[in-house]
Amino acid sequence: MQQIINFLIRNKHFLLFLLLLLISLVFTIQSHSYHKSKFISSANFLSGGVYSWQHSITDYFGLRQENIRLLEENERLHNQLKSIQIDSATTKFVDTTSFKTPYKYTKARIIKNDYSKIDNYILINKGEKDSIFPDMGIITDKGIIGIVENTSKNYSRVISILNSNSRISAGLKKSNQFGSLMWNGKDPNIVQLETIPRQANIKEGDTIITNGRSTIFPRGIGIGTIIHYELNQNKSYYQIDIKLFNDMSNIGFVYAIQSNDATEIKSLEK
Amino acid sequence: MNKDTLSNITRFIALIFVQVSILNHINFLGFLNPYIYIIFILLAPININRSLFLVLSFILGLTIDMFGDSGGVHAAACVIIAFFRPVALGSVFGLSYEFQTVKLSNAGLGERFAYVIIMVLTHHIVLFSLEIFNFSHIILILKKTLFSSIFSIVITMLVLVLFRKNDS
Repeated sequence: MQQIINFLIRNKHFLLFLLLLLISLVFTIQSHSYHKSKFISSANFLSGGVYSWQHSITDYFGLRQENIRLLEENERLHNQLKSIQIDSATTKFVDTTSFKTPYKYTKARIIKNDYSKIDNYILINKGEKDSIFPDMGIITDKGIIGIVENTSKNYSRVISILNSNSRISAGLKKSNQFGSLMWNGKDPNIVQLETIPRQANIKEGDTIITNGRSTIFPRGIGIGTIIHYELNQNKSYYQIDIKLFNDMSNIGFVYAIQSNDATEIKSLEK
Repeated sequence: MNKDTLSNITRFIALIFVQVSILNHINFLGFLNPYIYIIFILLAPININRSLFLVLSFILGLTIDMFGDSGGVHAAACVIIAFFRPVALGSVFGLSYEFQTVKLSNAGLGERFAYVIIMVLTHHIVLFSLEIFNFSHIILILKKTLFSSIFSIVITMLVLVLFRKNDS
């Protein structure tokens, strides 16, 4: 017994070193597996506070671009509205009291954005207080950004599509074939779409959208266009490179999508 | 003694703040960020209690991880260079380290440079291996380690030269 205690005292620095190294390795390994990296997250009052303080200063530099973006979105929505109004003159009116919209959008602001690492996360300034919860989708007017992973009272952490753990169901706009969207960590403007079967008729320039197979994103939200494709080694699936509509290094305001039917759909799938 | 402790605490907080608010967002050439918060580990007093030093380095790394959402990679890299710092000091400064008379602020430029290079390279190779965590990306790990190290070493040397008087 005496010898064990002596051994511990003699090697206390080394043992402490091993203990701390082990703790940090556990955190590291957890951060590389989806939905497990909950302990060390920037969605807390300290880092969230610092980032939103910092963002309140740097916000002013992007106002001009943000204005142009909003004007473009307004223009597009106005055009859509006009075409819908022409249609609805001849169709039936929907009673909104009995008609529940399946999705609800909440605006949020990005206060921290990474795109240079392999596993990138985004921090937004809305949290549980504004009813943002895990597994909600995050989009901009142009396309998808990521999925909420982890929330605190005032902040939420979002898994960016530029994260090697991210898997999002996506498909072609012109047909119903679908695959899963992932990122190989190389170029922050280009993501990969895999497991599109070889029967699919694709060509460069085709649009890729979300396909509404999960409860996270509704169908039809833009992702990007095909810039390169090839068959994989055993010639059964395509491997497709997609250029994103969003410039992931320059995003300011986003919308969080809440699916009102998610609990119902999930209870059916059980 | 008291003044030394105070300057170390200030350095700890100031380095974290500068790192997370400015240097983590530089993204030079798209992917390069200098990691200079390890100046705290480089400049910690030679005769500091080793257990305390390890714990402080761990907290330093974990704070950077918290801000950067990187799990525990900075914490692991910091703990490793904190543990092996005596080896680096011994191999660079030799005898004067053995007698605990070495002072980084009045060491020669060459010795300081060698010390910084050893520490930054070790830190960065651990950091990027754990961050990427995939041996099929070994070229990417080496590329990131090399370029980021050059960037970090240059900035670290500049900071050490510019803030020289405050250390003594």
